[in-house]
Amino acid sequence: MKATFHGGVHPAHSSKHATSSLPVRDFVSDTVQLVMNMNIGAPSAPCVKKGDHVLMGQVIGEPVGPLGVPVHASVSGEVVSVEPLPYLGEVPPMCVTIRNDFQDEWVELNPLGSVEKVDPALIIPAIKAAGITGMGGASFPTHVKLSLRPDQKCDYIIANGAECETHLTCDHRLMLEHSVRVVDGLRAAMRALNVKEGIIAIEDNKPDAIEAMTAAAKDRTGVRVQVLKTKYPQGGEKQLIEAVTGRQVPSGGLPIQCGCVVLNVATCAAIADAVIDGRPLVTRLCTVTGHVRQPANLRLRIGTITNDIIGECGGYEDEPGKIFFGGAMTGLCLPNDTMPTSKSTGGIVVFSKAEARSMEEGPCIRCGKCSEVCPMGLNPYMIKAAADADDLEKAKKLNVMDCTVCGSCSFICPARRWLTASFKIAKSNIMQQAKKAKEAAAK
Amino acid sequence: MSLILSTAPHIRTPHSTQRLMGNVLISLLPCVAAGIYFFGWAAALVLAVSTASAVLAEFVWQKLTHKTVRINDLSAAVTGLLIGLVVTPKAPWWMVMIASFFAIIIVKQLFGGLGDNFLNPALTARAVLLASWPAIMTTHVTPVDAVTSATPLAGYSATTMDLLLGKVPGAIGETCKIAILIGLAYLLITRTIRWEIPVFVVGSAAVMSLLLGMDVLTTVLSGGLLFGAVYMATDYVTSPMKRWSTLVYSIGVGVMIVLIRKFGAYPEGVTYAIMLMNICAPLFDRMFPDRKLYGHKKEAKA
Repeated sequence: MKATFHGGVHPAHSSKHATSSLPVRDFVSDTVQLVMNMNIGAPSAPCVKKGDHVLMGQVIGEPVGPLGVPVHASVSGEVVSVEPLPYLGEVPPMCVTIRNDFQDEWVELNPLGSVEKVDPALIIPAIKAAGITGMGGASFPTHVKLSLRPDQKCDYIIANGAECETHLTCDHRLMLEHSVRVVDGLRAAMRALNVKEGIIAIEDNKPDAIEAMTAAAKDRTGVRVQVLKTKYPQGGEKQLIEAVTGRQVPSGGLPIQCGCVVLNVATCAAIADAVIDGRPLVTRLCTVTGHVRQPANLRLRIGTITNDIIGECGGYEDEPGKIFFGGAMTGLCLPNDTMPTSKSTGGIVVFSKAEARSMEEGPCIRCGKCSEVCPMGLNPYMIKAAADADDLEKAKKLNVMDCTVCGSCSFICPARRWLTASFKIAKSNIMQQAKKAKEAAAK
Repeated sequence: MSLILSTAPHIRTPHSTQRLMGNVLISLLPCVAAGIYFFGWAAALVLAVSTASAVLAEFVWQKLTHKTVRINDLSAAVTGLLIGLVVTPKAPWWMVMIASFFAIIIVKQLFGGLGDNFLNPALTARAVLLASWPAIMTTHVTPVDAVTSATPLAGYSATTMDLLLGKVPGAIGETCKIAILIGLAYLLITRTIRWEIPVFVVGSAAVMSLLLGMDVLTTVLSGGLLFGAVYMATDYVTSPMKRWSTLVYSIGVGVMIVLIRKFGAYPEGVTYAIMLMNICAPLFDRMFPDRKLYGHKKEAKA
């Protein structure tokens, strides 16, 4: 039976056609720029300086704080600068720029061998050392996600191969081309947490991936494939858990509170690389599509500069109007094409001037479609009214904090209202308020 | 290179307000054609005046009040065309014009414009005409030969086939049920409206008339019932937003229509039944709980 959740939308289903049948190919450029804030939590601290020669996989950023992860050199070569770089957030993170010597000279690695034989206690430390963060986009440190408190119990680990976002096909290609790695990574996580059931969840618009993963999962202990209905945001953590297990993550809580851990399939493959080969996270698959001459699925070194990637894809088709990392429902806009990719960049989408034109916001016609599609069961039109009036208390009462910012309401709104955008702002204002109140109470 | 920066999502559904209103206009074309076929160029004039003056009223009002002119969203055109379709082909042009001005300025704009009006503008304008010029509004003519006559609800005898085809006296767009059904099909196929409101309005009216010993087929096929169920009761702005409240609203409309027809002073009750339920719509929305929230154990407080 195909599993699914309540609500949701069907955005731009043809956007994947350009790349879904393109095998992954490698692309290596002469310079990489590794920003230090690729994880949620405190940015890593650079531990190399200008002029240093670094090897591939060498730690160049040390983890800081409880959510810290190391950053590794994704090429071998010379460090040409260590300085702040304007990036996607407000504060420019430190960035290590390395000129590639194209030798791909690796540091000494510490492979642990088969995921079925390795001592389970060694798995999470290996994941931490490899600098793995959630590769579906959230960038949450994977070793933290897998470090359970004694009172927490995990019943299911779900490998998220839904890839419900528009345009992106790199998870699809990964499942086709590296099926066994995905299962290995899932098995490693299962063994680390002593979990009996591992579920690979895939939307039914990828029958070849379902077939490949089913074959790879055959004869593997406790692993099965779950087919999902194709619907956005099927790959949202909360929706995926609901669809696959029938459980719901408690409001304001984490998946583990309902006994689940969700890992993106790319994260699973990275875990397998880290455990089996001892290889840190220095490459990832990325779909480059939209108004580029040759859309592609590329295996990129982390920190490859967007402009170089566009060049590899034949350049822009015509003058770009908008470029974003990720799919069209949640992607982050780039101010220019000099930004490097990070561990969570699964897609680069270029929009033409016409596609990028923003639509004028009209008045709400009370059609109720936003409430119908909200996968969290919220009433977006009511929250929007509260947010527009700057009534944060009311927005909170209307459960704006449950909003996952999936974009479904904005997508479906006939009046083109900026619902998701205003919820994002309201949520961050509420969080800032709470932080201030906490600080005031501490004084 | 200048790139646009915006928050996600970067794509929107093609089904904009303009597209939805455009769908309604297209779906009304069979009714327009039938009206002109049966009632001649007088009907065409009424429709042209009603539509043009509604759009003009919206344009002038928004200009005078320094608001964004939004006649492109086509909502004023829909209101105007609906007004034309629910009046008698004998209606003089000035009366139609007053109705359109009233609908747009008093019912819609004074309450805040599209989305904020609590009454259906076209229906309310018709109610005003009924109250102000009852003689003209209830003077109906037979199709084709244009002889003054009563409507089927007021005593004109018609066969079921006549009712279906619209070969009966009545308002321009309301008589030809086949045209309305074609329009309904278009609205459903393009997902402009949901099926619930038309089906439950007509269904509950049928059941109610059966209970009161009236002829079910005549009830459903005469007067403005079908037109009201498809085009008036389904207005997004003035109908409820939740599924359960929509159900109660629709049944309320159907039952009220039959009650007014049977016991009221008027032969027809569609206008008042829908207006009454328009007023109740926000209450119905409050009566029913929201969809269950994800991740909340107990029913969340509203």
